[in-house]
Order: sequence, then structure tokens, then C-alpha cells
Amino acid sequence: MVQQSIGERVLRKEDLRFITGKGNYTDDINLPGQAYACFVRSPVAHASINSLDISAAAGADGVIAVLTGQQVAEDNLGSLPCGWMVHSKDGSEMKQPFHPVLATDKINYVGEPVAVVVAETYLAAKNASELVEVDYEEIEAVVDISSAQSAADIYPEVPGNTVYQWELGEKADTEKAISQAAHVTRISLTNNRLIPNAIEPRAAIADYNTGTQDLTLYTTSQNPGLARLILTAFVQIAPEHKLRIIAPDVGGGFGSKIFVYSEETALAWASMKLGIPIKWTAERSESFLADAHGRDHVTEVELAMDDEGHFLGLHVKTIANMGAYLSTFASAVPTYLYGTLLAGQYKTPNIYVEVDAVVTNTAPVDAYRGAGRPEAAYLLERIVEIAAREMNLDPVEIRRRNFIQPADFPYQTPVALEYDSGDYEASLNKALEMADYAGFAERKEEAASRGNKRGIGFSCYIEACGLAPSQVAGSLGAGVGLWESGEVRVNPTGTVTVLTGSHSHGQGHETTFAQLVASKFGISVDDVEVVHGDTGKLDFGMGTYGSRSLAVGGSALSKAADKVIAKGKKIAAHMLESDVENIDFEDGEFKVRESNQSKTFQEIAFAAYVPHDYPLEELEPGLSEKAFYDPENFTFPAGAHICEVEIDPDTGVVDIVKFTAVDDFGTIINPMIVEGQVHGGIAQGIGQALLEQCVYDETGQLLTGSYMDYCMPRADDLPNFDVGMTCTPCTHNPVGAKGCGEAGAIGSPPAVINAITDALGVMEIEMPATSERVWRAMQQAGGA
Amino acid sequence: MYDFNYHKPQTVKDALSLFKEADDGIYLAGGHTLIPAMKVRLRAPTDVIDLSGVDGLIGIREESGALVIGALTTHDTVATSEVVARAIPALNSLAASIGDAQVRNRGTIGGSVANNDPAADYPAGVLALGATIKTDRREISASEFFTAMFETALEEDELIQSISFPIVESAAYIKFPNPASRYATVGVFISRHGGQVSVAITGAAATVFRCPEMEQALSDNFAEVALDSIQLNADDMNSDMHASAEYRAHLCVVMAKRAVASMS
Ligand SMILES: Cc1cc2nc3c(=O)[nH]c(=O)nc-3n(C[C@H](O)[C@H](O)[C@H](O)COP(=O)(O)OP(=O)(O)OC[C@H]3O[C@@H](n4cnc5c(N)ncnc54)[C@H](O)[C@@H]3O)c2cc1C
Repeated sequence: MVQQSIGERVLRKEDLRFITGKGNYTDDINLPGQAYACFVRSPVAHASINSLDISAAAGADGVIAVLTGQQVAEDNLGSLPCGWMVHSKDGSEMKQPFHPVLATDKINYVGEPVAVVVAETYLAAKNASELVEVDYEEIEAVVDISSAQSAADIYPEVPGNTVYQWELGEKADTEKAISQAAHVTRISLTNNRLIPNAIEPRAAIADYNTGTQDLTLYTTSQNPGLARLILTAFVQIAPEHKLRIIAPDVGGGFGSKIFVYSEETALAWASMKLGIPIKWTAERSESFLADAHGRDHVTEVELAMDDEGHFLGLHVKTIANMGAYLSTFASAVPTYLYGTLLAGQYKTPNIYVEVDAVVTNTAPVDAYRGAGRPEAAYLLERIVEIAAREMNLDPVEIRRRNFIQPADFPYQTPVALEYDSGDYEASLNKALEMADYAGFAERKEEAASRGNKRGIGFSCYIEACGLAPSQVAGSLGAGVGLWESGEVRVNPTGTVTVLTGSHSHGQGHETTFAQLVASKFGISVDDVEVVHGDTGKLDFGMGTYGSRSLAVGGSALSKAADKVIAKGKKIAAHMLESDVENIDFEDGEFKVRESNQSKTFQEIAFAAYVPHDYPLEELEPGLSEKAFYDPENFTFPAGAHICEVEIDPDTGVVDIVKFTAVDDFGTIINPMIVEGQVHGGIAQGIGQALLEQCVYDETGQLLTGSYMDYCMPRADDLPNFDVGMTCTPCTHNPVGAKGCGEAGAIGSPPAVINAITDALGVMEIEMPATSERVWRAMQQAGGA
Repeated sequence: MYDFNYHKPQTVKDALSLFKEADDGIYLAGGHTLIPAMKVRLRAPTDVIDLSGVDGLIGIREESGALVIGALTTHDTVATSEVVARAIPALNSLAASIGDAQVRNRGTIGGSVANNDPAADYPAGVLALGATIKTDRREISASEFFTAMFETALEEDELIQSISFPIVESAAYIKFPNPASRYATVGVFISRHGGQVSVAITGAAATVFRCPEMEQALSDNFAEVALDSIQLNADDMNSDMHASAEYRAHLCVVMAKRAVASMS
């Protein structure tokens, strides 16, 4: 029995089943008598529905029912809600269009579901779906974000297609700083729209038992507890105690599986209506059309400096695309997860940010790996780089001059957040060394001798994870709490079952959480089993997004484990005939201080369930404890990314030749898993910087609807990553962890773009920096 | 996918008669174009005639100065063939540049040529090398075969049996892959034999084409510099979200230079 504790590279417990095909994904589940659903989707972006004729489809072979938006409306299902109320500058509430489960009389984006066909086989459902006749009367689509506010209104309840006009920070002070500054750098930039592309498409089986009147929904969710709350309290599908949501193995989410969507909701409703289990697995092309997309901002930035490059003021103006409806967390992404991050790692005294959120006839846009923070880091690290060039300062030097210093913590930013800990220069210094910045000039020269343009780019990002605390979030409009639940059940033989409201869909919680709890108890990681993803087994919990699982979910488990130890000490004190104050717990043993008397963790567990020698008059038997942990503050992971590129001057092809990331995630439980998260994040960031772009044409048709056109990064697009860590533990959670899931995707895009512009000797290039864009930039610079 | 009748004939003759009897028949080779099109319901044949069991359609041989490749030979087989490496190694690298391992293990040369996707790789090699397409009823020269986007000189039921490539002194294929699909954004095949140079370009326009300007310049002086002054007319080029016509026109010259460099 090996003790595997915090900081060790324990191999992932979940991988045996994943790599041997023994995982249990939603699509692997089949229930007796199940029917299959196929959604009828709008082929046009903006239209009124003149008529909908289901008669041919309803009579087709194998069809059980064809259900429409009209029936959803008759059953009084609510709007799919957006869970965060954002207020405009003038104090008014955001304008929220009604988001029907199935469209009734109006279509607002291509792919919007208008009806669902339920049949004995998927083929029958799909064949019949082609027989549903919909008469669409097309309306001119609003697609372009920049002109959305002057286009005709999509919804009467959203005038000017503007959901809110939000602001944060001191306007007057910032304007004054800018008007009086020695130098002001100005840029406009676009944060390109992305499509999430988890490897497992969304899927669900809804199973209504007409006898017990229980509804079970198996689904690809990152947060089954939250999904249940939304389906119960807002959409009013079923009472909470009669609705069980099971999110079994889930193959990636990146945010796209946080949200409560039409399809899963329609399935739950249809199963109750028809009294049979119904299954749906999205085809990949449905995922492209109807999963919530990410990013999609256009932004103008001004950065004011004194003549030595000290930042004095930052003004940011952004238009953020929400798509056709406000998805579950959409409103919070370009506001509280974006504007609040604009101090970055710097002591900029005056910051003012304005965000207009607009609706367009495109798929809804919501949180995608990083959610708001990549957009913030991108604009900040781009303008800092350009400022350095304009001021003739080394890009490293300008950052050093402005860093918040270790002695400044806790540091209150001008945009609401208070950073607890960090050492930004330590990460940067380590990254510079790992990347051999000193040798860059030589490498550039050598590349030039081969005819290539070599450039280096930096990014010193910060992010905020573990969204918290509940009361602050609530005062800012959050519709839910932001704590996490955890339960530590010690079994009679001393093995442990851990239940968590966090959800793992690739992050490796079954290992990390096991390591955390095993190290608390001094037992083997093999003796700890982690249970998650089933509202029938767990307390209500908030799920996994925003890199919150270890910092919040792990902290709940840590607290529950502490309660187990506290109870164990009482049991040990009784058995060893000592006082509880004299009992220490170390290395898996309860010991009487300054004696050789002890009981093992397993002996105490056994005594708790076989209480023959036990203080029953004072203590209940059993050894199982719960905790709900509500964080005091966000956590603030930060780091330095350095990218080196070589560009082929004939074609504009960018080759990333070196990528270094040094991150401070606080306490690390399993470095291997953390590095994996960083690798994946950087891969996605490089995807955004070089390859990925969701394109709609001017009529709202999705042009990048398959992998033939939407370019995902592949292994051969990526270099080896050099990943390093520094550590300033989080000061306010018991684990000391800050979160690592999104950092790679947040830090890397500006590093890549800064490297490309450095190589080309230009100030700006848009993402994705495709070979043609790079080639054109060279043509314009006259340097091809 | 809609329902269809599946047939697996063993002779060309049977394949042809099955095709004739079908309402709306189609040949199936590697299926890497046909099956996806059927899955998304863009194609709905009544009868699929699988050629994989037909005798004599697979194989590579050298025969009186020509390299003959059976229509059902997969890209992977061509990519790794020593016979090809001895005769026209440029075809090894062309085949190796197609898609990914799964695609190369299924996709066939006959399917690729019959399909005539404007971004497919093989048409450039077939045209530049002046290959002959041998069918169940005749021989068609490459210059007459590729007629328009996704269209060829094949009659509806005509079945490609093999493709015969004259063995040349030297040849090269250089491709600029579309980063998403990895098909050719632009692919340039150059062959050189007895002082004659031929250049065929795929990906750039509606269908593969020969480039007389480059051929002339390279016949006079087979060197990269000979292409310095060539500027192809962007008006004839494809333009899409991956590459504008202007960029494609530029890439044609760059890829051609690289092909020349690799042959020198
Ligand atoms: C993911 C992916 C990536 C790809 N990347 C590339 C790439 O980079 N470059 C590239 O060039 N190609 C690429 N392809 C295409 C692929 O390599 C095949 O060449 C192509 O699919 C056609 O060959 P097949 O054998 O699969 O034909 P099938 O799909 O079976 O048939 C295609 C068409 O040809 C007809 N046909 C087939 N054989 C014959 C015959 N002997 N006689 C008459 N008609 C026939 C069929 O009836 C059908 O109409 C890619 C395909 C995929 C799926």
C-alpha cells in the first residue's frame, strides 16, 4: 500500500476505463423500450413561421409523436433562463428575449429547433423530420456585431438589439488620466468567435416513470445540480425531488455543457408527455449549429502612460455578441468575468470599461474555456505590447515597471477585485530563463539566414477562478449561490467514498480529489473512490466551470475530511482512554501525544461502525461528514507565457517553434494532471490565435459547419510545450489551490499574436492569424 | 442515410449490369466521398455497387514504360509502394499528402479521379504526367478527362479500371494544404521529360488545369528564377473563406518554385 499524497504524479484512476473502452457515456446508455428523438431545425436565420404542418411526419413509419413549440407553449413551460441579471449604466435591467424550448412563431438563428420527432428508431425519426413542413417567411438577418445596434430590432422587447450597456470603474478619473498623459496607445481588436467542439457531442436520455412519476435525465452536463435547479425552478418541468439528473462520463465540455439547452429540456418534457424513455445524441453538425459558441467581441482600447511607460489609465469599450438568445450564463461573461479582470497584473490606477451586449441572428454565445478572461487578457496583453513598441521599451521591461509587487498584496484593483496573492515577476523571470530570452537575438539571426522571420511574444495574464463569494455574486446579479458541497464517507474497513458536487469531464477529479482526501487521512489513493454527477446520490452542488473544482469543491472536501478527523479523535480518545486534546492525527494514525499508544485510521473507522467500545452516550456512531464551502474571494491564478514563431515569408505560414508557460496555480495536488490541463488550454489558445474562426455569411448561414471548414488545432500544428510552475498559495481556501483549467487558453493567444507582430514588424494582426492574413500584413509592410 | 440496395459484384461485367438495372446506381470504392455525402443525405442512390470485390482492380505494376495503378488501389498503398518509388516517386509523396491515415487506408485513386474534387490531389498528377484513364470501354487521356468541377468525361455507368502514368525523368508535387480539411488549397505537380515540362495545378480553380506560362518559362530555363516574373491571373481562381483568389494565385507560383527546387 503506497501512500500517494499531494504533489505526486499519480496516474489517473479514470484512464483504465477510458482507454479500454469501458467508460460509460450518455450514448452508451440504453433503456428498455426507449424511443429516439430527432429535431427539426430552422434552415434560415430569421423568419416568422407562417405555418407548421406535422401531419405527414406524424403518419410516417415508426413515428410515435411529433411535438411542436405550440404544445410546449400550451404546457406553459417557461423561458430557458439566463441566470445572471446585469444592469445597465442607467440602472435598468437587461433586456431578455423569451427563449422558448421549441420555436413557436418566430425563428431567430439557423439551427433553432422548431419541432421534435419521436420514433421507434433514430432513422425513422430522422426520415420523418424531413416530412415536417414549415413555411418560413424570411426577415433580414442581423449578423454583424458592429452594426447590430443600428439594425432593425429582432425583438420588440430588446430595442436597438441592445441587451445592456454596462460599465465598471471610474469614468471621469480615467478620461482625465488619458487626456493628461504623456502618451496614449490606442488599438481596436476583435476577439474571434469560436465553436467549442467537445469530443463527445451533447446527448441525453429522458426517462419518465409513469408509476413512480420520477423523471430521470441522463445528460452530458458539467453541472447536473444546477441543471436540475433550472429545469425545476425556471422551466418548471418537474418538481425538484422528482427529477434526477445523471451526468455520467462526459467527454469534454469547455463550458458548452454548463448550459441548459432546448434539446435536453424538450426531451425531458416529451418523455413525461409520452411516458416512455427518449434518447437523443447530437450529430456533429448539430453541435456546430446549436452548441453555445464562445468569445465574439469587438473592442477599442486606450492606454495612457507617463513618459517612462507607467500605466495611468485604461479605457475599454466593447461590443459583445450574445447571439439570438441569452444562454444560461451569457450575460455574466463579458461583464463580471471580463471587465473585472482589466487590471491584469498591473498597477493601473484608473480603469473604465463599457460593454454593450447585443443580440444577433446567430447561435447563442456563452462561456467557453476562460469565458471573459481570455478576452480581457487578450486586449490587455496586446495593448501593453504595442505600448512598449511605441515607447521604445523592451516588452519585458514595460511589464516589470507596472507589475503589482509581492508586498502590495492583498491588492485592491480599480475594477472591484481584490487579489490575495501572487508574484508576477517570479513567474516572468522563470519563463524568461526557460525560454532563453537572452539567446533570442541569435536565434532570430539564424532564422533570417534561412530566410525566415522569427519573433517573440509575451503575455502576463491573470484570471479569476472559483467565482465567489455567494453574497457578493448575488449582489452583482447572480441567480445562484457559488459554493460547493462535499461529503466524505469513511467505510467500516477504512476505505473512503467521496461525494462531490463538482463534475469531472476530463479534468481527472477522480484522481486529484482522491489524492487530496488520501493525503488528509494518510491512506492510499487506491482506497478512495470519488462519486460525482448524479443528483440522486449527491447533495445539491454547483458543478464544474470557471476552474472552480479544486479551489471550491476540493475545499469542501478538505473541510469534510477535517470533520472526520475531529470525530476520529474523539473516538480515539475514548478507546485510548485519553483526552481528545491529547490526540494527534498524523500519517494515518491517531496517537496519544508523548506516548506510544495509537489507533490506525482503519481501526477508528471500524470502531465507528461496530461501536462496541465507543462513547455512544456522547457520540453518534458512523464516520461520514459533509461540508458546504462558500469561498471568501475569487482565486487569482496568473502566469507568464512566451511564444516564439517563425514565419515563412513566401506563404505567411506561422510555425510556433517554442512555447513556454510558467504558471502560479497555488498549491498543486498532481503536477501531471495540471500540466495536462495547461497543455490542452494552450492548444485551444493556439487554435484561437491561428486557426479557429466561426463564420456566418450575411444571411446568417453558418459557413463553418464542419471540420472541412472549421479548423481545430491538431497535434502537428503544435510545438512541444515547456511548462513550469511557481507557487504563491491561495490565502483564503484550505487547499491553497487557485485553479488551472482555463489558464492555458487565457494566456496563450496574446503571446502568439505578439510573437507574430514582432516577427513581421507590424503593430496589429487579427485572430486567427491565418497564413493569408500574415501574408497580407507582409505585403502591406512591404517586406515580403 | 436513406435505405439503399447493396451489391458486391466480382467482375466488371456484373458491376456494369447491376448499374444498368438500378434506378439510380452508384459505384462505391473507398467510400470516403460517397459515404459522407450519403450520411448527410446529399446523395440518395437506390443501389450501391461496391467495387471492392471486383477482380483485377487493385495493384501497381510497371508495364512498357508506364506505371499502371489499379483503380481500387488505396492512397496508402501508393504512398508506400516501392514500385512507385522506383518509377515516379512524386506519386508516393502526393498520395502520402492526402488526408490522414484513415483516409489513406480507404480512399482510392479511381475514386479520387472519378470524383474530380477541385481540391483533390491526384488530378494534378494525372494531368501533369499525361496519364491515361483506362475504363471498361475505352482509354481517355488526362487532358480530356477532367471537364469541370466534380465532372469528368466518364459516362454515367463507366467504370475506371486503372490509370497508366508514363514514367518521366523527374517529377514533383508540392501542396499547400487547407489547414482545416488538408485538401489542397493549391497543389502544383511538375513533370519533366525529354526537355518537356508540364505543370498542372489543383485546388486553385474550378478544376485542375495546366499552366502554359510556367511550362514555357521552365522549358527555357528549369530553375526557380524562371518563375520570378510569372503572375497568374487571379480572376480565374477560387476564392473562399480559406484563401482569396489573389492569395491562391500567389501560392501557385510559390508552390511551383518549391517543386522546381525539389527537382533540381
Ligand atoms: C477527412 C477526409 C480528408 C480527405 N483529404 C483529402 C486530401 O487531402 N486530398 C485528396 O485528394 N482527397 C482527400 N480526401 C478524399 C479521399 O482521399 C478519396 O480520394 C475520395 O474520397 C474518393 O475516393 P474513394 O475511393 O473514397 O471514392 P468513393 O467515395 O467510394 O467514390 C467517390 C465517387 O467516385 C465514384 N467512383 C469510385 N470508384 C470509381 C471507379 N473505379 N470508376 C468509376 N467511378 C468510381 C463513385 O461512384 C463516387 O461517385 C479526403 C477525404 C476525407 C473523408
